[in-house]
Amino acid sequence: MTTPVKRDGEVGGGTPLLEARDLTVNHGQLRAVDAISLRVYPGEVYAMIGANGAGKSTLLRTIAGLHQPAAGAVLLDGQDLTRVRPERRARQGIALVPEGRRLFGSLSVEENLKVGTAYARKGPWTIDRVYETFTWMKDRRNQRTAQLSGGEQQTVAIGRALVANPRVLLLDELSLGLAPVIVQRIYGMLPQILATGLTVLLVEQDVSQALKVASHIHCLLEGRTTLEGRPADVTAEQVEAAYFGLADAPAGPPAEGSESLWPG
Amino acid sequence: MAWVNAIIQGVLTGGLYALFACGLSLMFGVMKVVNLAHGDLAVVAGYIAIGVITVTHIPTLWSFLIVVPVMAAIGYALQRTLIQASLDRGVLTTLIVTFGLSVVIENALLQFFTANSRGIGVGLPLVTESFSLGSQIQIAYLLVVIFAVAVLVLSGLQYFLSRSKYGRLIRAAADDQEAVQLSGADYRHVFGICAALAFGTVALGGIAYGMYSQLSPTTGTDTILLFAFAAVVIGGLGSLWGTLLGGVVLGVAQQIGAQVNISYELLAGYFVFLAVLVLRPQGLTYRRAQS
Amino acid sequence: MSTVTETPARPAAGFRVTRSQRNVAWTGIAVLAVVVVMAMFPYFVYSGTTSVLVQAFIVLTMASMWNLLAGYAGLVSVGQQAFVGLGAYFVLILAINGISPFAALPVAAIGAGVVALPLWWLVSRLRSGYFAIATWVLAATIMLIIERFSSIGGGTGMPLPGFAGFDPTLLTAYTYWAGLAVTVITLLVIYLILRGRLGLVLTAIRDDEVAARSSGARVGWARMLVFLVAGAGCGAAGGVLAISQLQVQPSAVFSVQWTAEMGFATIIGGLGTIEGPIIGTAVYMVLQQTLATYNAWYLIILGLVAIVIALFARRGLWGLVDSRLNVRLFPVGYWLRLDGEANGRRTRTPRPRRPAKHGA
Repeated sequence: MTTPVKRDGEVGGGTPLLEARDLTVNHGQLRAVDAISLRVYPGEVYAMIGANGAGKSTLLRTIAGLHQPAAGAVLLDGQDLTRVRPERRARQGIALVPEGRRLFGSLSVEENLKVGTAYARKGPWTIDRVYETFTWMKDRRNQRTAQLSGGEQQTVAIGRALVANPRVLLLDELSLGLAPVIVQRIYGMLPQILATGLTVLLVEQDVSQALKVASHIHCLLEGRTTLEGRPADVTAEQVEAAYFGLADAPAGPPAEGSESLWPG
Repeated sequence: MAWVNAIIQGVLTGGLYALFACGLSLMFGVMKVVNLAHGDLAVVAGYIAIGVITVTHIPTLWSFLIVVPVMAAIGYALQRTLIQASLDRGVLTTLIVTFGLSVVIENALLQFFTANSRGIGVGLPLVTESFSLGSQIQIAYLLVVIFAVAVLVLSGLQYFLSRSKYGRLIRAAADDQEAVQLSGADYRHVFGICAALAFGTVALGGIAYGMYSQLSPTTGTDTILLFAFAAVVIGGLGSLWGTLLGGVVLGVAQQIGAQVNISYELLAGYFVFLAVLVLRPQGLTYRRAQS
Repeated sequence: MSTVTETPARPAAGFRVTRSQRNVAWTGIAVLAVVVVMAMFPYFVYSGTTSVLVQAFIVLTMASMWNLLAGYAGLVSVGQQAFVGLGAYFVLILAINGISPFAALPVAAIGAGVVALPLWWLVSRLRSGYFAIATWVLAATIMLIIERFSSIGGGTGMPLPGFAGFDPTLLTAYTYWAGLAVTVITLLVIYLILRGRLGLVLTAIRDDEVAARSSGARVGWARMLVFLVAGAGCGAAGGVLAISQLQVQPSAVFSVQWTAEMGFATIIGGLGTIEGPIIGTAVYMVLQQTLATYNAWYLIILGLVAIVIALFARRGLWGLVDSRLNVRLFPVGYWLRLDGEANGRRTRTPRPRRPAKHGA
């Protein structure tokens, strides 16, 4: 699978669709996210990787509005959403598929999707289109989601986010609790999703999976950035070092272009 | 035959109790709020109805059309302000605040309207008369009407919850209020609508009770709250029709108790309530298969 | 580029842990002095005032119990009036059988505590909302059962025997001393409980129940003991109530109004502190005395104030004072003194202001 090309060029070109500026988020007394900045351009698949507790999910949830940052800003298409409530952000086009699926257990598959359409924007995604994309769903649409398998629940959760026709789709730890085969199948759907004009920001613990689908990766360790760049430009050793925070990085000059693409 | 009469009476009273209970079930099931002022709000509705009728001289049955929407609106406002603020601070605070509300309402009613009980006169033969089935069975028309209204209200609520957009949102928010935000819904607004439904139905129950019996400042807690909660617990939380079942069981238990000895009426109901609480707290409609 | 930063650990400072800021002996002597002075009241104070003080003692005892239940064990009971009534009726039954009501007081307390045991078995597994309503139903049920017995007054009640030939002034004095004794013993018991191991468990429950359970604290036992003690305490208060009113009427002694009064007093004064109920009772008495002619007003105002405080000043009036002055009348906490610091730093962690959101 080839990594998609960014539409607006690489260095400082165009307005990012989604931006986090010096975002700092605290969990009680713990600094979960420490002055993180990132920019996601339209059409990208931006992957955040890192070990457990690195702050990735917290960052995603903050962007969606479920946490208030202690400092920094979240911008959607240049508009500052930092003080905006999560439901308003959803209506503006940020759709989070949360960690653990978080489906409405007492509702059926179709009812879950219908909730997704409650405050949807206009766009190509409808419930029928979701049924076309995930072919197993239509036959089981009246089943309660609590009775589905993990992979099926994950696709319903994605479908619920899609029917709102968001501009940015935030995927939090898709692979959690799922068999690798299922995970690959789900990630295999990404091109169809992107083809409708969506942008994806995802958090993934499975590094190899992330490297396969991402157009840009960003590694976090203990709330701080340890690596950023295009998958093609980073070596496995560098990713490993950044992921685990190994003090002794591989010897020799780093490959060209693998450093942070923008200053600071 | 007196027993048959008692049982029929009890079954029909269950309809009234269901009206008391469905709002409580909604608020507890969706928002985990035990509104200790629930019964007092029914009494307030009754007093408002009396006031409206006295001032405007409209026919009693029209008072429903005014009082129920007003109470629903009050419910929305109270939920968005007081109750939501309490919820944000925890279960303890919610219980304390709603208990405080209950005491304040009761004493305010006591202060301004004295402890005398009042009834809502309807002036229609419908209310005071009853019909007979055979020689020993007397059934009050009013009770049958109230039962029918209860069935209508429960059906309406059930339909609303399962088919409409807001009904879905209410059920979704009950499952996961954070996730419902991610789909663009303000859960505080959704809870407000739920509270409006609860206050509206209990207002209906209060006015019905005022017609059937008498209202006094303490009726809210003595009668309505405890019976409503008993109906919810016996029938099973999470089921609207369960409140009707619970109400019927409660009503029948009370009437049977009254048959044994007139002063056992309340006791019988409380015993059944306590028995269910201890032995089968999930209620009678609970099924393992449910999530 | 990978960034690895190291934060050097601070060297462990020398520190001591002490029980209280100032010498306990001084506060103890002060409290003793207050009690002695109060015991002398009947000798130089009008009987009208002592009667009011008896009411205050009753409310203070009940409020302290409610505080123990809700503020420490996390149990919101709306049915404590059951024990108040039971205490009153224990005194009545014993008085009918020739025992002096004053001597009956300890029996009333113990009796109420004993009845609390089967009641706890009924309600112990219930979660907060269910628990609250269940206690209310229990209270209503107990009242209905007692009303069935005409030998103790049935539904209308009866006067309390055992005072024939008592000089009225002496009676007032004895009632006052009984009330004072019950209150002092209650506060002492609470102080000792909270200072001991049970208190540690209770404070842990108060601060964070889940954490308390997972660290092995015997939450179930602690709660049961609190429920029993609260039953006994309210029973004692009920006994004093019966004596002060010279009669026992079911609708009066089993009224949910008692729970309202003890609940409001506790909340206004400060839930979760020993001093709170004392302040709350004072506020309650002031309100009740100034508004005495306006019957229901004092409960309306009390209720509104309690709602406001529950929402905006969770630790009540005492909490507002405490956070500024760092004073404790009853030393049950611990102080952490770092070497080189003149004043200790409190180890009490503030209660979380917003509990974790549902579904988070």
